[in-house]
Amino acid sequence: MSQTVATTRGEELVELKLVKLHFLAAIIYLGLAMLGGLLMAFQLVSWNGLNGIELLAPGRWRMVHTNGVAYGFLANAFLGALYWVVPRLTLHRVYSRALSWFIFWAWQAIVILTVLGIVVGPSLQAADWVQELAKRWNLPMSLGAQGLEWGETPFWIDPVALLGLFLVAVNFMAPVLKNKGPLYVTLWYFLAAFVWTFLTYAMGNLLSEYYLTGTSSGAVTGLFIHDLVGLFVTPLGWGLMYYFVPIILKKPIWSHGLSLVGFWGLAFFYPLTGIHHFLYTPIPMFLQYGAVISTIAVEFVVTTVIINFLATVWGEGRRVYTNLPIRWFYTGMLFYFLTCLQCALQVTLTFQKLIHFTDWVVGHAHLVMFGVFSLWLFGVMTYLFPVLLGRPWYSRRLAEWHFWLSAAGVFVMAGDLILAGVFQGYWWASLQPWDVSITGSHPFWVLRIFAGLAMFGGFLCFVWNLYKTWCEPAPAQATAPAAA
Amino acid sequence: MFETKGGVLFIAGLGFFALAFLSNAVVPVLMYKDLPEQPVEELVNSRIMYQFEDLARRYPEQFKKYVGDPTEENCAKLMRLGRQIYIGEGCWHCHSQFIRPVSNESKRWGPVADSSEYQNALQRPVMFGTRRVGPDLSREGGRHANDWHAVHFFNPPVVSPDSPMPAYPWFFDGSPDKPNLRGLAIITYVQWLGSWLKEYPYYEQWEDINRED
Ligand code: HEC
Ligand code: HEM
Repeated sequence: MSQTVATTRGEELVELKLVKLHFLAAIIYLGLAMLGGLLMAFQLVSWNGLNGIELLAPGRWRMVHTNGVAYGFLANAFLGALYWVVPRLTLHRVYSRALSWFIFWAWQAIVILTVLGIVVGPSLQAADWVQELAKRWNLPMSLGAQGLEWGETPFWIDPVALLGLFLVAVNFMAPVLKNKGPLYVTLWYFLAAFVWTFLTYAMGNLLSEYYLTGTSSGAVTGLFIHDLVGLFVTPLGWGLMYYFVPIILKKPIWSHGLSLVGFWGLAFFYPLTGIHHFLYTPIPMFLQYGAVISTIAVEFVVTTVIINFLATVWGEGRRVYTNLPIRWFYTGMLFYFLTCLQCALQVTLTFQKLIHFTDWVVGHAHLVMFGVFSLWLFGVMTYLFPVLLGRPWYSRRLAEWHFWLSAAGVFVMAGDLILAGVFQGYWWASLQPWDVSITGSHPFWVLRIFAGLAMFGGFLCFVWNLYKTWCEPAPAQATAPAAA
Repeated sequence: MFETKGGVLFIAGLGFFALAFLSNAVVPVLMYKDLPEQPVEELVNSRIMYQFEDLARRYPEQFKKYVGDPTEENCAKLMRLGRQIYIGEGCWHCHSQFIRPVSNESKRWGPVADSSEYQNALQRPVMFGTRRVGPDLSREGGRHANDWHAVHFFNPPVVSPDSPMPAYPWFFDGSPDKPNLRGLAIITYVQWLGSWLKEYPYYEQWEDINRED
């Protein structure tokens, strides 16, 4: 099969509308999630004029923030990208068109119900009929969020979400499995991620909610939090990088051997790190040491991956500046390296004493979730929307603003919070009254708001640019999408 | 093997996941298998009953209307509901429930956390928490009186100036002296935290209610 045939077929294999719709859904939820984050940020500096309105309770919206980002934004954006990448790499369609559409609507229903459940659920918790139901079915859970960080999806949605994840796996694994011979790097990551995401979700939501108590449930929750980052978001993200970077640069990845080290190192060490979220808990100490050591091993693996990508772009450094998607990708990788460096420090018990429970960790969370994965997905969207819509971006300037506001915003936010964390750690350890750590954090929290507003502003530039691009009258006859 | 479907699916996808699950989840589960999960009813102790009866005396009308009598059964019921609210309102994203053996935490709050404290139905899943905007709550019971909590939940800055903790007026029927079912439940839950310890409350005098009767 010649190369040209493969590309024309690629166009037919992809369901473009699904890619667009998943991206749109992702953008809408990201906006909502960012507003939730802003609400909490304003609450922390006591500037929240909406304080005391039940359905806008900052505590609930903080969970909408994290879950909206995970299941609304990241999951939708990944799905959209997968519909583009998987058929092109395997030269096979996804399992079923009808199933794809079903998954799209089912996933939106899951996210919307999750948001509703988290926001409205607690209001109904004390109602008679809920108590009645809880008694009849012997339910200890709350109608709203469940007590699993990053898995607050109400318990009554879990089975549907699991079914959804299973169908996603079927839909995308079918074309991959039809492929003959060795797989390309991207597909290793994707294939493993489909299995891992389903297993992780099932483990966290079922075991710790129904069967495990106390310390052992702590171990499983730690495993869940980390596997969600490491076995769902990370492999999908890197899989996309291994696909888009060589395509845009029009040259292969520098070293196949390093790709192998990166994948297998991640697969082996990453799942072993979960307990590092609960160091100094009553979880047995030898398990905590094990998690610390595996975490440090992950950093070495990550370094090999970064070296591989830097070597790939070597000699074409200018394109990191001139080509927007490449710039998004490599900025994300820079942040990835910083995050992992930070992680290697913070996972040691010496640092844990000081920074656990502080804003340091929140800084870390934003650096990795926004600084890395969101930046990559923005890059993918920046690259794909012109192809999907068959016309260039309405405004390069707006696209630049989107980039600089997002990258600078998250850099400032993370630096600010990490520093705040060190201060908080010392105030607590020196037994100052609690108020000292609150009033002392105030300036940091104010700066965080401005950084957050910058990120949100970048997001608005993106939305506006997309709107104008979408609504512009299609250029006459220019139907063949010009690859960037 | 390293680039084939089978290798990726079975070794990385299933194998490594299973390995991590065995070492990080099954091992602790087996270690604690002889510590059974205590049901909520068994967690009701004389300290929390003291607070519960205090609630009934302080807010007689509200208590009668929403709870009935201050029995142990009702106390267990409110502890359960209180924990559901604690989760639903996201209190656990601002408050932790474990004391670490480092950073002077035991000086600030009390004894270091121990596994046996968490082996009960109100810690499934466990409420260790990962962030402290506010202080740890695992030794909170008895630190403040019920009416302090009521006012604090109604509007935190009233008793704790500069507090960034959100207000929860929906735990009340309009004013802080009228807690509703959710208000009574969350106060009961918070007062239960740490009530199982020898020193309760850690730094204040506590008198057994039965001594007066
Ligand atoms: C935005 C984060 C935040 C949320 C959400 C939050 N709190 Fe707080 N909480 C604080 C802060 C900060 C303090 C310390 C200042 C104060 O006393 O108000 C505090 C103090 C407390 C105290 C008093 C601790 C002491 O001994 O002085 C209790 C009890 C408490 N919170 C319970 C709760 C409960 C129950 C909820 C959920 C309904 C909750 N908090 C939600 C931040 C929060
Ligand atoms: C408008 C920009 C944003 C603002 C103002 C913001 C603000 C916040 C705030 C206030 C918290 C709670 C921190 C705490 O408990 O002290 C939080 C947590 C979190 N946010 Fe954001 N956020 C923003 C964007 C994002 C984005 C885009 C992502 C991911 C892509 C993200 C991921 C997270 C995560 C994972 C947490 C949980 C951190 C933890 O528990 O350690 N945030 N954010």
